[in-house]
Amino acid sequence: MTKGHHPSSATRRPDRAALFIAAVLAAIAGLIFWDVSRLTGAAGYSQVGPTTVPYAIACCLLGLAIWTAIEAFRGDFPERERQEVAPVIWIVGGLAAQMLLLNVAGFSIATGILFALTARGFGKRKLWFSLPVGIAICFVVWVIFAKLLLLSLPAGPLERLFF
Amino acid sequence: MATFEFLLQGLLVAAQPMNLLYALIGVTLGTAVGVLPGIGPALTVALLLPVTYRLDPGGSLIMFAGIYYGGMYGGSTTSILLNTPGESASIVTALEGNKMARAGRGGPALATAAIGSFVAGLIATLGLAFIAPYIVKLALVFGPREYFALMVLAFVTVSSAFGDSTLRGLTSLFVGLALSIIGIDQLTGQARLSFGVPELLDGIEVTTLAVAMFAIGETLYIAAQGDKGPDKVEAVRGSIWMSAADWARSWKAWLRGTFIGFPIGAMPAGGAEIGTFLSYAAEKRLTKHPEEFGNGAIEGVAGPEAANNASAAGTLVPLLTLGLPTTATAAIMLAGFQQYGLQPGPLLFATNPQLVWGLIASLLIANFMLLVLNLPLIGLWVKLLTVPKPWLYAGILLFATLGTIGANPSVYELGMLLAFGLLGYAMRIFGYPIAPVVVGLILGPLAEQQLRRALAISQGDYSVLFTSPIAAVLLIIAAAALIVPLILRARGRGEVLSQLAANED
Repeated sequence: MTKGHHPSSATRRPDRAALFIAAVLAAIAGLIFWDVSRLTGAAGYSQVGPTTVPYAIACCLLGLAIWTAIEAFRGDFPERERQEVAPVIWIVGGLAAQMLLLNVAGFSIATGILFALTARGFGKRKLWFSLPVGIAICFVVWVIFAKLLLLSLPAGPLERLFF
Repeated sequence: MATFEFLLQGLLVAAQPMNLLYALIGVTLGTAVGVLPGIGPALTVALLLPVTYRLDPGGSLIMFAGIYYGGMYGGSTTSILLNTPGESASIVTALEGNKMARAGRGGPALATAAIGSFVAGLIATLGLAFIAPYIVKLALVFGPREYFALMVLAFVTVSSAFGDSTLRGLTSLFVGLALSIIGIDQLTGQARLSFGVPELLDGIEVTTLAVAMFAIGETLYIAAQGDKGPDKVEAVRGSIWMSAADWARSWKAWLRGTFIGFPIGAMPAGGAEIGTFLSYAAEKRLTKHPEEFGNGAIEGVAGPEAANNASAAGTLVPLLTLGLPTTATAAIMLAGFQQYGLQPGPLLFATNPQLVWGLIASLLIANFMLLVLNLPLIGLWVKLLTVPKPWLYAGILLFATLGTIGANPSVYELGMLLAFGLLGYAMRIFGYPIAPVVVGLILGPLAEQQLRRALAISQGDYSVLFTSPIAAVLLIIAAAALIVPLILRARGRGEVLSQLAANED
């Protein structure tokens, strides 16, 4: 994964995305400091309590945030490949739909929608074909895993129709 | 020799018909999933973990061992025929293997990979069986501070010693460590970083994180690359059998690969790929046919593939004897143990020898099964490679979510899966390694426990961490593993930069 570094002459501008990462790391560190500062009185006997390690981790994250910011200013981050946004939205939409529909529509229908939308993200546009196929495959998977391997997969109208 | 007795007992356990069946199911599923492009052994193991939920611990771990070895075998098939290695350890195999396949010698390439994997797996598993009792004895003198030092060493080697950036490796590790402190503190019972959300009190599930990062993150990343046309699967033409010349050129490479790969895997140094690179370099130097390297030299497949499998077995040494995962795959296997309340380590050898030795013996059996399964059925596995991408990734997400739902059918857990999937995608874009997050999450609480025990014994005196000779040596090695690559990288880039400057003149 060596994508090479920016040629140093072209990158006097700081890398905004990398600066954002540095900010997120610092924010996580702050969050840990804030949350752990509420835990008190448990250090006790050895001055080593539930707060010791979180503080150490938060300090290291802060250090890494600074380091990231320095690399961002120096343009040391590798170049990113261009990302297509549409497929990502299709797949994330599929996962969100499955999450929201799981307990209402049951495993087969919810996961069938995920299946079809993922295929859509990879360029299978015919939803009228991939949706029924997805639901059918998921139903077979449900039968194998819920009935034979006894996993607890939520049942919906489709599953109750047969079992 | 006590080891022999234990191993024989283990073989008796593993040879029970039910356990043989579990091993067979494991290797078949492991190969089938491992052969799919883009799926490495870590994801194979994470995806198939739920299949084992309802079995008893013994049967489940035996099936698991089969999945692990099967995933390793499957990966080599992908890299030879498709030139898109599913894991970093197969990159070198793809180098020569894919050239052989293009030249119509795919059969012998697959055969030397399979037989080499078998030979390496056999020797390395026996090595595991013979070394393990000694390390267990050594581990008995380890106190909390030695364990802590060992875990620090594992953290450093997994995150920053290898890979292309110390900063990004360490960042990944600390993201994992930060996630690991979410939930109830093990020693005092106080809730940390849970923000009043009851679901967070249990902490973050390792398998959820691993599946999200590897399966969903990878799927999003591949999808976002857009349509680059179908990958070309090389057909296996001609005989799959190796000629006498192939055998003569392969067997030494297998043995060399094994002896390079096993120690590297057994050390808490993380990553099978170093062994494969070293083996490739060794074969290139020792070969009598230097002109074939780069155009499909069989030694270049045989050696690295053996090194790959030998170090896979090697990683089980620290995992089983010390409870120390040094790769993402080993971290997920540790999670597999923990779902039965088993903590691998020296104690497990004492309290549950049947289980441990049954597992080691079933690795040997799985290895035999894979050889039988792989050579004649290669045509079937090749068919799996031709599954079109949309259906392949739709299926991967189906099974990724299936595992999470099977473990905990809640909207909340799926939300975590989605959130970590997006995190994994973002990390891929910026070139952050994934394995340190998983290892940090699972090893973080263990390291914290050992650190706090050590400091409780010393009444808060931090110098105690360095005063034990073993701990001091381990920490010094860890510091070296952190600093030396940093210097090397800085100097390496310095040289590249000066070369660029020279070219411009």
